[in-house]
Amino acid sequence: MILVLAEQINGSFKKKTFEALQYAASIAQHNNDKVAALVLGSAQQDAMQELGAYGAQEVLHVNNAKFDAFSAKAFAKAMQHVATIHNATILIAPHDVCGKAVAPRVAALMQAGMVAGAIAHPTYNNGFEVKKSVFSGKAFTTIAITSPVKVITLVPNTFSVTKGEGLAAIQNVEVTINDADFATQVNSVEKVTGTIPLGEAELVVSGGRGMKGPENWHLIEDLAKVMGAATACSRPVADSHWRPHHEHVGQTGGTIRPNLYIAIGISGAIQHLAGVNSSKTIVVINKDPEAPFFKAADYGIVGDALEVLPKLKVAMEKFKAAN
Amino acid sequence: MKILVCIAQVPDTTSKIAFTDNNTAFATEGLTMIINPYDEWYALVRALELKEAGKATAVHLITVGKSEVEPVIRKALALGGDEAIRIDVDSNDPLVVAQEIAAYAKAQSYDLVLCGKESIDYNNGVVGAMLAALLDTEYVGFATKLDVEGNTASLVREIEGGEEHISSNLPLVVSCQKGMAEQRIPNMRGIMAARTKPLAVVSGTGAQAQSKIVAYEMPATKTGVKMIDADNMDQLVQLLHAEAKVI
Ligand SMILES: Cc1cc2nc3c(=O)[nH]c(=O)nc-3n(C[C@H](O)[C@H](O)[C@H](O)COP(=O)(O)OP(=O)(O)OC[C@H]3O[C@@H](n4cnc5c(N)ncnc54)[C@H](O)[C@@H]3O)c2cc1C
Ligand SMILES: Nc1ncnc2c1ncn2[C@@H]1O[C@H](COP(=O)(O)O)[C@@H](O)[C@H]1O
Repeated sequence: MILVLAEQINGSFKKKTFEALQYAASIAQHNNDKVAALVLGSAQQDAMQELGAYGAQEVLHVNNAKFDAFSAKAFAKAMQHVATIHNATILIAPHDVCGKAVAPRVAALMQAGMVAGAIAHPTYNNGFEVKKSVFSGKAFTTIAITSPVKVITLVPNTFSVTKGEGLAAIQNVEVTINDADFATQVNSVEKVTGTIPLGEAELVVSGGRGMKGPENWHLIEDLAKVMGAATACSRPVADSHWRPHHEHVGQTGGTIRPNLYIAIGISGAIQHLAGVNSSKTIVVINKDPEAPFFKAADYGIVGDALEVLPKLKVAMEKFKAAN
Repeated sequence: MKILVCIAQVPDTTSKIAFTDNNTAFATEGLTMIINPYDEWYALVRALELKEAGKATAVHLITVGKSEVEPVIRKALALGGDEAIRIDVDSNDPLVVAQEIAAYAKAQSYDLVLCGKESIDYNNGVVGAMLAALLDTEYVGFATKLDVEGNTASLVREIEGGEEHISSNLPLVVSCQKGMAEQRIPNMRGIMAARTKPLAVVSGTGAQAQSKIVAYEMPATKTGVKMIDADNMDQLVQLLHAEAKVI
């Protein structure tokens, strides 16, 4: 069995879970195996059944409200337990906050080799090999997992999903868990509201020091709004408090991998590129034709950001209206 | 409270990446090796702050690597910390690293184990969670703040689209990232003191690798940037739609 950690958020599921299920389904097809989704905590029945449309034959549901609170320890214990009783040999989770805390922990409990942040389907020519990106996107490695149980986390937004047919059968599973397994307690949560979370965004508009000052950021926000994009920035911009620190991307900030990254007035220093160079398509707007970022770009515009941005916004609006 | 800080050695970010042995090995020759920035700037400095505040009694540094990592662990000691341990094992398998650290840490019963959010070479971000499993403690990943009162740690951790304020009992493993502390520059006194601080070399337990790197490759180079006139943003939008297919 291939077991996928299907994190429920208020009872339903996100795209990265569908990606993981479909990835698992393609391995199952190759290995003549089947895919089960592990759901921990309270979830909606129809949302769980719908996981069948993405490749889960069954949902193994630990219907215990304790799991509505996150605990790396308890989640990993539950996953290990379910994997063991069902003889799961491949365990998959998204490479996100939950998956990054739970998957390696399960790997350690099960003596399993793991690939953190896979960007390709496994290949089987010499055993079981999975590719991931290393050195902050400057290179790739292929890693062979040699243990009987294999653990993989998948970089979100890397694998395509198409919704198919079918409903998953739901099976309830009991997991013995005690309060001591929930040693962490969440006291409060602060969500960045009104904007699209950067890590999940498919489109990102980002500004650097070339934007001149925070008073010009409405140009970036306006464009992002038209496009339905998230906003990001370079480190000096956050350091100067022009923008909040959670928007800062790069080696010391967030790492993102959107479909489209538009970099405006950013020079393209290696530490900045480290956080964004896995983006599918990069557009660079810079007044200096020699800016290093152009070397990493797919499309480039030489011009003054403050003049180009309003024009780009108008062009986007026209496109949106027509499509 | 005793704190253990996990220190990895990594190539400087500006390093030019190259491979040898028919792309099966990473070329380390001529590279400047540094302390993994997350370990240095955040995990180590926060541990030192907790000691300076009288909350920690000891800060130990641990690294898994052969003798060539010693200059880097000495550099870490120059920032602070009472002693260092080097486990004499060379492995790219994070589970081996975690098992070796866990074997040492278990015997010492640390209250808090701090590591970085990820090593900037292999970008795994898994050693901390594995360690927590092997030490059977709770784990908090991507922490941006950490404080300790008695037996309870209070933390802020980054989650998708926001942050969570949490508390947890000790012992605990935490992976640290920006926000946790401010980078420090080692001073002359620290550098001198580091020379005589204890650095124990421990042989490994023989943990077996469950994975191995079989090949390295460079990403396909961009085919060249397509320049678009600043007055023709309709063309850019069309290309993003029809050619790049991202909008
Ligand atoms: C260890 C370390 C870690 C770091 N981590 C990060 C990180 O995580 N993220 C990060 O971003 N940086 C990081 N940095 C900093 C990084 O090296 C660069 O200094 C930084 O990315 C530069 O930001 P910038 O491009 O916004 O500013 P600048 O380098 O000042 O570039 C501004 C750019 O805007 C252009 N410009 C100016 N005016 C205009 C205009 N009117 N219209 C259009 N273009 C204009 C200029 O030609 C220039 O290319 C790190 C540095 C170090 C040493
Ligand atoms: N060889 C090592 N020795 C000591 N600590 C390590 C080693 N490798 C990784 N770590 C720690 O684990 C964290 C995450 O590393 P990784 O899982 O390799 O990305 C690093 O930030 C370090 O704190």
